[in-house]
Amino acid sequence: MASTQTLEKIYDLIAPLNKRGIELTPETTFAAGLQLDSLTVMDLVAEIEDEFDIVLPLNLLPNLETIEDVANAVEKIVSEGN
Amino acid sequence: MDLLDKFDATVALRASLPFENADPFKVVMQEIISETEAIIDGRHTILAGTNNYMGMTFNEDALAAAKKAIDDFGTGTTGSRVLNGTYNGHKALEATIADFYGMEHCMVFSTGYQANLGMISALGGKDDFVIIDADSHASIYDGCSMGNATIVRFKHNDVENMERRLKRLPEGAGKLLVVEGIYSMLGDAAPLKELLEVGKKYGCMTLVDEAHSMGFCGENGRGVAEQLGVEHLVDFYVGTFSKSVGTIGGFAVSNHPKFDVLRFVTRPYIFTASLPPSVVASATASIEAIKRSGNRRAHLWENARQLHAGLKKAGFDLATPEAQSPIIAVHLPDAMVGTRFWETLLLEGVYANMAAPPATPAGMFLMRVSVCAQHTSEQIDEIIKRFTITANKVGLELKP
Ligand SMILES: Cc1ncc(COP(=O)(O)O)c(C=O)c1O
Repeated sequence: MASTQTLEKIYDLIAPLNKRGIELTPETTFAAGLQLDSLTVMDLVAEIEDEFDIVLPLNLLPNLETIEDVANAVEKIVSEGN
Repeated sequence: MDLLDKFDATVALRASLPFENADPFKVVMQEIISETEAIIDGRHTILAGTNNYMGMTFNEDALAAAKKAIDDFGTGTTGSRVLNGTYNGHKALEATIADFYGMEHCMVFSTGYQANLGMISALGGKDDFVIIDADSHASIYDGCSMGNATIVRFKHNDVENMERRLKRLPEGAGKLLVVEGIYSMLGDAAPLKELLEVGKKYGCMTLVDEAHSMGFCGENGRGVAEQLGVEHLVDFYVGTFSKSVGTIGGFAVSNHPKFDVLRFVTRPYIFTASLPPSVVASATASIEAIKRSGNRRAHLWENARQLHAGLKKAGFDLATPEAQSPIIAVHLPDAMVGTRFWETLLLEGVYANMAAPPATPAGMFLMRVSVCAQHTSEQIDEIIKRFTITANKVGLELKP
């Protein structure tokens, strides 16, 4: 389970892209829920990488459907890096 | 369950485009009159959307060599490069390309697509990292999917964004940086000097795809790395015969002493048939001709600059501030205008490419024109004139 702190940081990064004003929860999905196109997802990934100072490999993306998936992946990468 | 149902959204998207008189995905070239003209739907049309940059498709030496090879060696090899599919011609072609690049080793693949698939999937192993530009060609992305490396993507042509990512990777890990010389949709050149220098600083091996720059960039036509004087920073080049060389096939060249082992571990090289002798012979002759084509290169660049300047003066919104390659792309506001523009232009007798997402970056709609060294300056003027007529017909606002 990802920490609230990680989730909050990701919500902040998503907020400006959330044009439809969808409620952000750990279960919110990027494709069906937020309806982000692949290019916006790409920008978001880059921002998450910079925020957490990590590399979020392209190969992982297909498995990351919800905000919580991303938060968990981020925490795992951050902890492996230390 | 119907496995094709998942494509319904694609079908719907295609159906929503307002084509009435022509369909960009169903164009048939009925007759090829020359490198620059064809008959499409009975109409005499100027070709301004091919990759025939150096106009080599009717090069006399290449035609003669292909005909002789057919007579001497038959229509095909019926086998893989590593079995019965390597003829003298394939070895001679590899020697010609190695010489063209001033490098030691060359492997010829059946297409450039397969060259990227093979090189990237073989070089990037399980514990390695492959670092790619976000706007990379599909063959680079597919090479990444095929291999087992961790894929890291940076913002298009953004050196600083790339460096931030390289900094985060483990110091001793294997890293392959993959970039292109010219990007084929916008026709923009990569800042190869900076990209490759920073890549080297972080211990990357480098692969440069010169598909859309071979033939006319650099003094000898090797590509953008030659043009910018950074060939010493390139570990592997990938290229294709399907553009400036005027036929089909792909290659990789390198000075790496262990390069030849790739012939035994690169699946898209092994598990497919080799190029037919006629194609090999015409590619060899064409590359020899390109070496001697200083004037043709100069004329191609004149054409590119003339087209860029003319369209700019007419008030089109161009994708690059100046002609960085023979690809000159014009921004169009949306799919509707894009579609109608393409169709009207075709009826005016100019074939260009409509480029739309996902092939384009950032959801852009483009009319992509590529010029040929065999275009006359009158034809370039004619293209500019018909672009303007088309803009007026479809109500595209020009800002001269
Ligand atoms: C950058 C790039 N690499 C590779 C290729 C593949 O070339 P080929 O047509 O030989 O498969 C292309 C052509 O579409 C390309 O644009």
